[in-house]
Amino acid sequence: MLVTGVARQLGGRFVRRILREPDVDRVIGVDAVPPEHRLGGAEFIRADIRHPTIGKLLAEHAVDTVVHMDVSGTSLAKGGSRAAVKETNVIGTMQLLGACQKTPSVKRLVVKSSTSVYGSAPRDPAVFTETTPPKSLPSGGFAKDTVEVEGYVRGFARRRPDVAVCVLRFANILGPCADSPLAEYFSLPVLPTVLGFDPRLQFVHEDDAIEVLRIATGEPARSTLNSGTFNIAGDGVLLLSQAARRLGRPTLPFFLPSVTWVGSVLRSVGVLDFSPEQVRLLTHGRVVDTAQMRETLGFHPRYSTADAFADFARSRGPGLLPPETLARTVDRIAALVPAGRGQN
Amino acid sequence: MADAKVIPFGDDPRAKRRPRRPARGRAGRAAAPLAPVPVQREEPQQPADAQSAPSGAAQAPEEGGWDRRLAHGLSFLRRRITGEYEVDDFGFDEELTEQVVMSALRPVYEKYFRVEVKGLENVPDKGAALIVANHSGTLPWDGLMLQVAVHDHHPAARHLRMLAADLVFRLPVVNELSRKLGHTLACTEDAQGLLERGELVGVMPEGFKGIGKPFSERYKLQRFGRGGFVSTALRAGAPIVPCSIVGAEEIYPMVGNAKTVARLFGFPYFPLTPTWPWLGPLGLVPLPTKWTIQFGEPIPTDGYSPEAADDPMLMFNLTDQVRETIQHTLYKLLVQRRSVFF
Repeated sequence: MLVTGVARQLGGRFVRRILREPDVDRVIGVDAVPPEHRLGGAEFIRADIRHPTIGKLLAEHAVDTVVHMDVSGTSLAKGGSRAAVKETNVIGTMQLLGACQKTPSVKRLVVKSSTSVYGSAPRDPAVFTETTPPKSLPSGGFAKDTVEVEGYVRGFARRRPDVAVCVLRFANILGPCADSPLAEYFSLPVLPTVLGFDPRLQFVHEDDAIEVLRIATGEPARSTLNSGTFNIAGDGVLLLSQAARRLGRPTLPFFLPSVTWVGSVLRSVGVLDFSPEQVRLLTHGRVVDTAQMRETLGFHPRYSTADAFADFARSRGPGLLPPETLARTVDRIAALVPAGRGQN
Repeated sequence: MADAKVIPFGDDPRAKRRPRRPARGRAGRAAAPLAPVPVQREEPQQPADAQSAPSGAAQAPEEGGWDRRLAHGLSFLRRRITGEYEVDDFGFDEELTEQVVMSALRPVYEKYFRVEVKGLENVPDKGAALIVANHSGTLPWDGLMLQVAVHDHHPAARHLRMLAADLVFRLPVVNELSRKLGHTLACTEDAQGLLERGELVGVMPEGFKGIGKPFSERYKLQRFGRGGFVSTALRAGAPIVPCSIVGAEEIYPMVGNAKTVARLFGFPYFPLTPTWPWLGPLGLVPLPTKWTIQFGEPIPTDGYSPEAADDPMLMFNLTDQVRETIQHTLYKLLVQRRSVFF
């Protein structure tokens, strides 16, 4: 088994988890930079998936399963340029798929994609299913990368019908060690929001993400099918305002035209990687339907959206307005009111 | 309703003759058709009081009502500021809708427009149904009043999930409120999704053509889009409940349409009324007309085969049937109406 993108937290955790599976005997981790975390018993090979060397690697080790996790919105190295990220996402995927196509031993391909392929627009339906065509295709950034990556994966699936291809479209992954732009955003002391918009957000817990990747890489369980495209998200939704209150961080609304400007200022000072598509997500929100994940893939997430967020909030420490303090204040006021006693 | 097969469109002589009827009605009809009206008026008033009970207002008559209400408000505040409340996938915030928005809209509904509801027994107590209503009044007050009517007066206190135009979701603040009130975009996917969850969905298929039509065309139903609502209801097997709203047409008499201004803002129309925009924000105050909302008999859709949803002829027939029912009920209600304001 070959896993790309192991230098990231999620990739590293997945490798450590998959090694414990009885039918997995060898795992090769690949990334352009050496990981800072342990990879358990897995071999790490420093290789850039943008270069054709990846093909030799696949043939040399007779890889049967490829897990492509190196599709991400930000670069791992601080201050890495957007162009390099895009190149890893798109050119890297092309190289990897080309290599897979030439390697007859490859039997299974799992691609970590994102629900950002649907974009976010006011004209979109409230809940996306796997077949919903986006009303406005993402015009750039990570979302466009994922759209292109999925396009290449579809092409690969046509050319190699014998390979089981599974595309997992993850909602925003959150958890104690999440390092996504959204996790960074929620770590700001004051959350900039778009005035007059309260987006619906969905999260997946890291543990669930690892678990669903494990299901996708193994043999399908009885009466389930693990090839195809699946939306992966926790149950339920959180509104941004609700999320901010649960985190205990105040929000600072900006007019829509000025938000992009605020985003670029934050990016230039290096506080936050706040791309235009993030702004769109935080304006219109995005919710996906997960019936396919439950019924076809047979995966039931342990954490709901709210649970995943609560776990994330615990790991980040209290904000400026911790909900417990606010609740206590209200309780105190209620105690002052004579009839309020015993009410709450 | 046997003669209801002809749709009054454009130059149809019947179309010209009919809209004059409301005028005759207003000029003072004989007392005979008026007689049943007060009777029907008292009947829905009682469920109104009974229904508002669970939503907090009924604690007032009890002992120490004021204190209890304060405590209730504080515990509500506590949940809100800590974010411990639930919203559904479509962003519907049931608690906010019941405690705040409904309380704000109720006085408008009861005191300002004095809405009279008829035929609520035609709305099912549970399970999916599609309420199809006429649209009018420049600003969508009719949708909001319809939602209050179903919530406050229906024995099951159901929430009506309205389908709204994409303009609503482009506007700041409006989109936020709209989602929290349980509205969603008028598209097949969302309507289907809600109906499959067994929700009560409300749609106004005339869309902008209906709400933005000039005052001179009041109570003339516009084209019902492409009848997409019928195929959606058919796929979900949900009954269609036709609904006629009288009174909303006169709240903002739209005498002109500033198309250039509308285009500038990206709106489908920019209304000019006797007060708007000449009096500024004062022009936004609707006229206190007297409203009547009548729900018609449900049209079942579960007897059709699955392919029926793709049959254009059947779609047109059903769309016409719904449209005709609403149009005829409108005329009937207009004849019964004593005046626009009382």
